[in-house]
Amino acid sequence: MELTSLKFKEQSSAAIANADLQRALGNVEKGFIDKRRKSTDALPEFDRLRDNARDIKNHTLAHLDHYLEAYEEKVTQSGGHVHWAATAAEAREAVLAICQQRKAKTVTKGKSMITEEIGLNDFLSANDITPVETDLGEYIIQLRGEHPSHIIAPAVHVNRDQVESDFRRVHTQFEAERDLTEPVSLLAEAREVLRQKYFEADIGITGANFLVAETGSSVIVTNEGNGDLTQTLGKVHIVVASIEKVVPTLEDTAQILRVLARSATGQDMSVYTTVSTGPKRADDPDGPEEYHVVLVDNGRSDMLGTEYQEMLRCIRCGACMNHCPVYHAVGGHAYGSVYPGPMGAVLTPSLHGIDKSGHLPNASTFCGRCEEVCPMRIPLPKMMRHWREQEFEKHLQPSKARFGLGIWAYVARRPKLYRRAVSLAMPVLSRLGGARHRIARLPLAGGWTRHRDLPAPEGATFMQQWAERQRHDKGSKA
Amino acid sequence: MSGRDAILSKIRASLGAGGDEAARKTAVAERLAGHPRGVIPERGHLPAAERLALFRDMAIKANASVATLAGYDALPDAVLTYLRERNLPASVRMGTDPRLAEAPWHEAATLEVKSGASDGEDVTGVSHALGAVAETGTLALTSGTDNPTTVNFLPEHHLVVVDAKDVTGDLESLWSALRTSRGDGSMPRTVNLVTGPSRSGDIEQVLLMGAHGPRSVHILVIDPEGTMPAERTP
Ligand code: SF4
Repeated sequence: MELTSLKFKEQSSAAIANADLQRALGNVEKGFIDKRRKSTDALPEFDRLRDNARDIKNHTLAHLDHYLEAYEEKVTQSGGHVHWAATAAEAREAVLAICQQRKAKTVTKGKSMITEEIGLNDFLSANDITPVETDLGEYIIQLRGEHPSHIIAPAVHVNRDQVESDFRRVHTQFEAERDLTEPVSLLAEAREVLRQKYFEADIGITGANFLVAETGSSVIVTNEGNGDLTQTLGKVHIVVASIEKVVPTLEDTAQILRVLARSATGQDMSVYTTVSTGPKRADDPDGPEEYHVVLVDNGRSDMLGTEYQEMLRCIRCGACMNHCPVYHAVGGHAYGSVYPGPMGAVLTPSLHGIDKSGHLPNASTFCGRCEEVCPMRIPLPKMMRHWREQEFEKHLQPSKARFGLGIWAYVARRPKLYRRAVSLAMPVLSRLGGARHRIARLPLAGGWTRHRDLPAPEGATFMQQWAERQRHDKGSKA
Repeated sequence: MSGRDAILSKIRASLGAGGDEAARKTAVAERLAGHPRGVIPERGHLPAAERLALFRDMAIKANASVATLAGYDALPDAVLTYLRERNLPASVRMGTDPRLAEAPWHEAATLEVKSGASDGEDVTGVSHALGAVAETGTLALTSGTDNPTTVNFLPEHHLVVVDAKDVTGDLESLWSALRTSRGDGSMPRTVNLVTGPSRSGDIEQVLLMGAHGPRSVHILVIDPEGTMPAERTP
């Protein structure tokens, strides 16, 4: 997709004015926050598992070269093929070469953010290969010619009525008078249409949640089972995965699985966790004849050894955006990048450069909630601050300070959002203030605190103080 | 330079590797060989009866249904009952798993048992699980002629048989069972960990069952020792 992060501000304003979108975004809060809390509360070991998950990934990243080599060896041993792609273009070419060799006409696809990142669908279409998304949400947005607005709920911005009209427009094989009022009838229709596609497809492409070095396996985690049908019924299974997906062992995978589903959807375990190792065996009655893994770097190896290395622990659970007041307000598309929300605000500049994504690290109220819920304990606010500092040093300063205040102002005008953001921000701000009760740098308002200290909040007076400060400063600094 | 060399050398440069490579290699080899267990939830350590009860509770929480059978003799009748109660055709798809094959299917004369991989036309599939995990109510199924992977996903109803003794407390114990299952330490092509029936929340975050896989997962625990506690009546 075309990166439009520089237009974040305009896109945000449009999103805030879009009533349909605002209604749909209500589902993010309703749908995810409570469920996550309930399931994590029910597992006393959750925080220790988070620590261990973090340590596992840190260890893996510190030895990434050796784990990738070990992984490759195991894949080859089990009859699979590994293709290394340093860039998005190389990854696309690797997939295309396999498709062309098998003279593929259609490929089914399991949900995969990395194929979004490398722009695989458009590329395959341009080469006369039809990609069919099979995850219900991905299928819906493919019909609409859109991109995901959330990393685990790609169609969260679409409402039921829109799905119905898209289905009526595209599924002309069915009677026009059919009843599609119930969401379950929409699901049944998609199921029927896609069933056919799995059988017709020459190749199935999936992503991977994990690559297991010990066994040379790829692991996918889904609730629908679409990824499994994709990879079981195609004659060829292509896994596209970025290099940081590797974990050492099955045991390490188990540790991270325990925090993944709970953080994502509040399930104890997703419905399907599938471990795949190589192609069909001699005695297998089903499964793919060929098994390929396209290992994509596309900027990751540059992040190693930098202050952004910790971002490579991300397991794409979506918890940070589910708990982000800015995401709740503007949705995923406003970010103008493949990855939205706090994780996108850190990852997008890493992958595309800060000059192309300048506004994103400002898309935050710095309430700290994302870091609080991140199962991999990624210090997202700190990394967003790093980007802002770098942006400042590079003198890339398009009215960003004002923009940061703009987001704050938006949140502040909505009492419910504001109360939540503030109640979450209070402890963070207090801590930043330390014993002096002054905050020398308030990240959100860099342009403002560069010249003065912000009094750290003490109790309930924060709201008045803020309002007062803002009144006082109006026009002079922003 | 190939993509492979380019990526690996960039990783090494970024990590500042190139010093004591022996130590880094050893760290990797040791972890791969030792596959240390991390944090195992307390609920993964329960004694047999509680473990089975937890498995049942968690599977039900994940929207599966669970029945306990005293032995394989009771299997054909349990399958027929399931089909009859739901007005389903008296026909199932099943692989060649020897434990399933031993059941007295001839006693269920009205039941058609089709063998081999599913072609997508089957309404009901029957599989035997390698094992199950109590902490999450998860079934583990492995690919092969015994239990073709397509049977796990294409039929709308999936009946899964598991031996009570193969229900482990935690996922790590299941990995141990998996490592010994083929004798040579190799992995089956596919291991499907299944926790309840297929679902989607993609339309307005409303949870709907039966997205691409089975709408219904029914678990039959073979428990000859009678270890599974009776279900609490609400
Ligand atoms: S940054 Fe953390 S919370 Fe956000 S998607 Fe990644 S792992 Fe999940």
